[in-house]
Amino acid sequence: MTATVKDPPAAPPRASTPPRRPVVARRLWLTFCYAILVPGAILFVAPFAWLVSASFQHVGDIFSWPPQWIPKNPTLDGYKGFFDIGKAGEDAQGSEGAWRWFLNSAFVAGSVTVLQLFFNALAAYTFAKRKFPGRDAIFLVFLATMMVPPQVTLIPNYLVLKHIPFFGGNDVLGNGGHGWLDSYWGLILPGAVSAFGIFLLRQYMMSIPDELLDAARIDGAGEFRVFWRVVLPLSGPALAATAIFTFTYAWEDFLWPLIVISSSDKYTAPLGLALFVVKNRTSWNLLMAGSVVATLPMVITFLVFQRRFIQGISMSGLKG
Amino acid sequence: MTALATPQTPSPGGGGETGRRAPRKGGRGPRRRGLRRTSRLIWRERSAYGFLAPGLIVFSVFTVFALLFAFYLTFREWNILEPETPFVGLQNYRDMVHDEDFRRSIINTAYFTGASVPLGMAIGLGVALLLNQPIRGRGLFRTLYFLPTITPFVVSAIVWKWLYNGDFGPINFYLLKTHLISEPLVWLSNKNLAMPAVVLMSVWASVGFSMVVYLAALQAIPDQLYESARIDGAGPWARFRYVTLPMLSPSTLFLMVMGIIGSFQVFTQIYIMTSGGPVNRTTTMVYYIYEAAFKFYEMGYASTLAYGLFVLLLVFTAFQLRLYRKADL
Repeated sequence: MTATVKDPPAAPPRASTPPRRPVVARRLWLTFCYAILVPGAILFVAPFAWLVSASFQHVGDIFSWPPQWIPKNPTLDGYKGFFDIGKAGEDAQGSEGAWRWFLNSAFVAGSVTVLQLFFNALAAYTFAKRKFPGRDAIFLVFLATMMVPPQVTLIPNYLVLKHIPFFGGNDVLGNGGHGWLDSYWGLILPGAVSAFGIFLLRQYMMSIPDELLDAARIDGAGEFRVFWRVVLPLSGPALAATAIFTFTYAWEDFLWPLIVISSSDKYTAPLGLALFVVKNRTSWNLLMAGSVVATLPMVITFLVFQRRFIQGISMSGLKG
Repeated sequence: MTALATPQTPSPGGGGETGRRAPRKGGRGPRRRGLRRTSRLIWRERSAYGFLAPGLIVFSVFTVFALLFAFYLTFREWNILEPETPFVGLQNYRDMVHDEDFRRSIINTAYFTGASVPLGMAIGLGVALLLNQPIRGRGLFRTLYFLPTITPFVVSAIVWKWLYNGDFGPINFYLLKTHLISEPLVWLSNKNLAMPAVVLMSVWASVGFSMVVYLAALQAIPDQLYESARIDGAGPWARFRYVTLPMLSPSTLFLMVMGIIGSFQVFTQIYIMTSGGPVNRTTTMVYYIYEAAFKFYEMGYASTLAYGLFVLLLVFTAFQLRLYRKADL
């Protein structure tokens, strides 16, 4: 792209320094940059803007041509209707409607994040700083599991969940009931540890000097204490980055909840939204309102932790 | 990723070093002494195994056991609704090889990957290059281009499904208004347009990620490199070709591997926007596996298909890493 702007021949040649681009060419070049960036940004944000706009419109207005970018008769009907889903009508059995989906999502994504942070960090510390027989072999196995696409283990894991003993009406041998299917256990536990997270944290923890850990050990700290009081506080940036990723990933996850969950009061937000599309093909205003609500936590997380977010991406990107 | 990680793995036997220097006692065989030393080490470092236990348990159940179990399933006819799960030998594999629809799904997945990954990366690189110039509002632009990436995929798919709507969708409206088309297009129901439509939406959602990765890499390139290239008489194009691009190659590899792995697994867009239609033109591999397992309940056959996907992915990743190493040397 740089090639489009040529150094004009009139550039005053100086003896030793390379010729610098004169002001006019520089201005032209920057104008060219804006001329691409601004329309591009508008195109990228347009679907988003339309979503927000439509969520404040009446159903009829959503269908109007030309599309209304600024709602002519703004209304909160979409939001009200969305949160009333399940309270009235076909499947009102004391269910709390769409609020429940968001609570479920928050609970599941929150639990997965906390569990992963703790277990990933513990494993990462062990791999990075402890010396014990079999370490490299075990680490290789962990790394290898990163290569396994979750779709391969989808079906067996579905069957495993179905046959977890003692849960969901199952007997000792895991027969007779539905096990962890249609339960929060089934959503949370398979994601309680992640090989990728362990890998990233380990890379970071390797840079913590051993002397610090040894000093703590000499002061009489046990191994867990060393981890909890020394290693964890020193891994703040890496932990924050992985936490944000884990949370957004768990919040967005769709295929696994689609398979595991069957009763509507355990739906996560994406699942509720997607099944709503299939069921009610015409209530686009409710759907748009729900979509905005499902997106908000992600946008807020991003805006608040923007710097960490981008650090995290470049960390995983450059190390990978 | 595995291959790239290995150089950083500390040399094995680092822990054994201290033990080897331990004073020798008596005339026991070296093997026995080694065994004793190992078990003593294991006992001394037992807390390490304790720390790994939760992760190991989750992995052995939900990954290692699941992999083996999936393999076992490929030799059975396993319908979840029926109590009998007869052994069928290689029948599932034979069915897979002759399955026209599965072949179609591989072609669709390849089409999707081949179109969406390079496009997303190229546009991401372009935006990153522009944002790396001394412009104002870089942070704002970055946020705007990144918004689609943080939008939950389900939401993106819902919005785009509406944008593509044949009768009321904004895309048709603007195309008609600018006379680019003379009558409304039914994007998601036209067998030649459905896949490009899904690709376009996916590119929209993925540009932000590659932009951020490329931008970080661009900012890490030391100025001296450009300076010395300039002194050597390199023009803007030569500087881009011989300084910028090579310095970006680790990011390119990373994005390519992640992109291909991700798009081989594309599911959400398909489920919401097209349900695999029209006439199977957007049925991707994962969508096909999902249908086999959870619509027709053929767990055994679906596992076989999943293994097919796994093997394809492994071959691709190995091929890419090899290509990359060759280029690097």
